[in-house]
Amino acid sequence: MSQPNSAYFIPDTTEAIKRTTLAVVVKNEPGVLGRVVGLFSARGYNIESLTVAETDHEAHTSRITIVTSGTQATLDQIKAQIARIVPVKRVNDFNGDEDVVSRELALIKVAGKGDDRVESLRLADAFKAKIMDAGLDSFTFELTGSSKKLDDFIKLMKPLGLVEVSRTGVAAIRRGNEKV
Amino acid sequence: MSKAKDKTEHLIGNEMSGAEILVNALKAEGVDTIFGYPGGAVLPIYDALYGQNDIEHVLVRHEQGASHMAEGYARSTGKCGVVLVTSGPGATNAVTGIVDALLDSIPMVCFTGQVPTHLIGTDAFQECDTTGITRSAAKHNYLVKSVEELEGIIHEAFHIATSGRPGPVVIDVPKDIQFKKTTYKGYEAHLPFDYNPQTEPFMPAIEMAIDLLANAKKPIIYTGGGIINAGVKASEYLREFVKETNFPITSTLMGLGAYPASGDNWLGMLGMHGSYEANLAMHDCDVMLCIGARFDDRVTGRLDAFSPNSKKIHIDIEPSSINKNVRVDIGIVADAGIATKALLKAWSKNKSKRPKLDDWWKQINVWRERKSFGYRNQDDLIIPQYAIERLYELTKDKKTYITTEVGLHQMWAAQHYHFEEPHRWMTSGGLGTMGYGLPAAIGVQMAHKDALVIDIAGDASVQMTMQEMSCAVQYNLPVKIFILNNEWMGMVRQWQQLLHGERYSHSYSHSLPDFVKMAEAFGCLGLRCDKPSELDETIQKMIDYNGPVLVDCRVSKIENCFPMIPSGAAHNEMLLGDDGRDLGTAIDDKGKQLV
Ligand SMILES: Cc1ncc(C[n+]2csc(CCOP(=O)(O)OP(=O)(O)O)c2C)c(N)n1
Repeated sequence: MSQPNSAYFIPDTTEAIKRTTLAVVVKNEPGVLGRVVGLFSARGYNIESLTVAETDHEAHTSRITIVTSGTQATLDQIKAQIARIVPVKRVNDFNGDEDVVSRELALIKVAGKGDDRVESLRLADAFKAKIMDAGLDSFTFELTGSSKKLDDFIKLMKPLGLVEVSRTGVAAIRRGNEKV
Repeated sequence: MSKAKDKTEHLIGNEMSGAEILVNALKAEGVDTIFGYPGGAVLPIYDALYGQNDIEHVLVRHEQGASHMAEGYARSTGKCGVVLVTSGPGATNAVTGIVDALLDSIPMVCFTGQVPTHLIGTDAFQECDTTGITRSAAKHNYLVKSVEELEGIIHEAFHIATSGRPGPVVIDVPKDIQFKKTTYKGYEAHLPFDYNPQTEPFMPAIEMAIDLLANAKKPIIYTGGGIINAGVKASEYLREFVKETNFPITSTLMGLGAYPASGDNWLGMLGMHGSYEANLAMHDCDVMLCIGARFDDRVTGRLDAFSPNSKKIHIDIEPSSINKNVRVDIGIVADAGIATKALLKAWSKNKSKRPKLDDWWKQINVWRERKSFGYRNQDDLIIPQYAIERLYELTKDKKTYITTEVGLHQMWAAQHYHFEEPHRWMTSGGLGTMGYGLPAAIGVQMAHKDALVIDIAGDASVQMTMQEMSCAVQYNLPVKIFILNNEWMGMVRQWQQLLHGERYSHSYSHSLPDFVKMAEAFGCLGLRCDKPSELDETIQKMIDYNGPVLVDCRVSKIENCFPMIPSGAAHNEMLLGDDGRDLGTAIDDKGKQLV
């Protein structure tokens, strides 16, 4: 039986850790992001990625997209705890990756000369990254895609003179014609 | 929630200051008592309170006292407690009581003053980030940004504090907003509220639950504070349901009184210091019906050995409580009262199947014979359990309310004071706050002026908030402080004896004050008693005296509280009082790390 945290936590290693993306629709009021983030630290949950922005100005709502992981019991608890927060309107679980489109954007600065420079350009082309800034000894690429694709590209850039990375975190939406 | 008519209707449309709006909004909510302490950042509110008679303000001696008083008031009436404190230290002092209310689901609205809007963020005098500090301390909180939103926030705060799983809500009001003026709108103008937790059960789940219960061989009902919070009616449905089903029933510390202690089906409290029969019945049952309790670690003991062979039904108003610590088979999100009523109805309808419980009751009665709350009395020394028993006998026929501090005395009170009614027992269960009992008693007494209100205290706990005796004297509140003085932080001493090789590190109450003189210095009656033969007389004197009384009841210094389920142990591994076992080895190393 799976047992989440308590004073009598008995570690349960057999349960699989799952990753999921949560789309949390909140009333856009001061402090609401703090409440959601504070909950994760207070209860010891993981945040792998977090994005937030107002999505409906009229309705005063923002959307917080959180990528998190844990056992199924923990994920259920995370959702229930988020839903408890008063300004949270809805919590949607984009359970797994199948029925959701998720994208992330990264800006990646690479500095190098000679072969490294040529190689980084070649790889950028293969990944369909755009060049946003170019100097004699540096490029800044923009790359959009799954987090995995971004990770792969960044890893390849490392030996070629990776200087700095800025990532947006994941934005996600469910396939089909329905609204969350 | 249905409301009495808005008392401030005649003021609607008037221009008034934020402070006046605040006071009138309280009147519109039907608030009659607030607990507070003034300071620079709330002076306009104190000005608005001046010279009005609808709301009585109780001046506390420390803001922690204010929040505990509000808890006592709320828990004993079912109404929302209200607190008013200043910015900075006023707010931080109140935090302990706010968290206490959060963990025990007590409805409370706490107003804190804040520095003027233009000074926020400048480390101004007595500025603190109150909404930041109370974000995880309260159910919800607000920083009021404009006077126009103040009135709506207040009504929404009361609504949030009292609906769903009740809890504390903090409203931080900057001083400039207390001065600014706007139009008063009245209660109705702010309806409806966005926050609307589910209270009605999903009926098919109720049917499934009834089906499980009807086929049970060894059922048990386990209830908690949720039944108390759901109002007196909920307890009535519960009693009816127990009568109809003949199921055994136990409850958490917070749930005492929902089912009468004198009832035939009562097994006593369960959990760490619960009865043998309650814990063994929980362990061995085949169907468990949990209503308004949350499988707290004090109740479950070791989780992987918790009631291993039972199907579990859990009714709770708070969805996140279901499947949090213990996986259940049927989870029902609903108000405990409404759900219990639905269970009762469904049970009565489904007459075809009635479980045969004879064997189960036979087993339970064998466990009962163990008399696990028993103790050895003495002629020359007051045994604390005996003192509670006498207190019970001498006060049971009166309208008595009991509060406690935290420690052994609290557990003995739960074991030996027998509650027949809900709302008569206030104790700090979730947070376990020493210093809760005296202010809570004052809060109770404010709401029930003619009742007998007793704080069963420990010598260490009472020192945490004893200055509130002065408050009791000021408002003529005849609260009784009954100290079971064992000269130790008894519960700490017990753990050190069991878990730490009898190394009593800093748990002796050195330099205790002379409690009788202390009581007298505050203007209370002080009584002392150290012989069993004087006990009844002293208790009677305490009851008869028309004013606040402190009793320094000198009890055995070494008495421990049993039964005890040591941390990390299962329900069926309970230590009993006369277990000849070497207590030092009763708990393994892993258990010692647990709290
Ligand atoms: C504010 C606070 N600090 C510390 C504790 C830890 N604690 C739990 S019980 C206890 C001892 C209580 O002693 P006393 O009030 O004399 O009661 P007794 O156990 O002797 O009946 C302590 C220190 C607590 N519960 N609350």
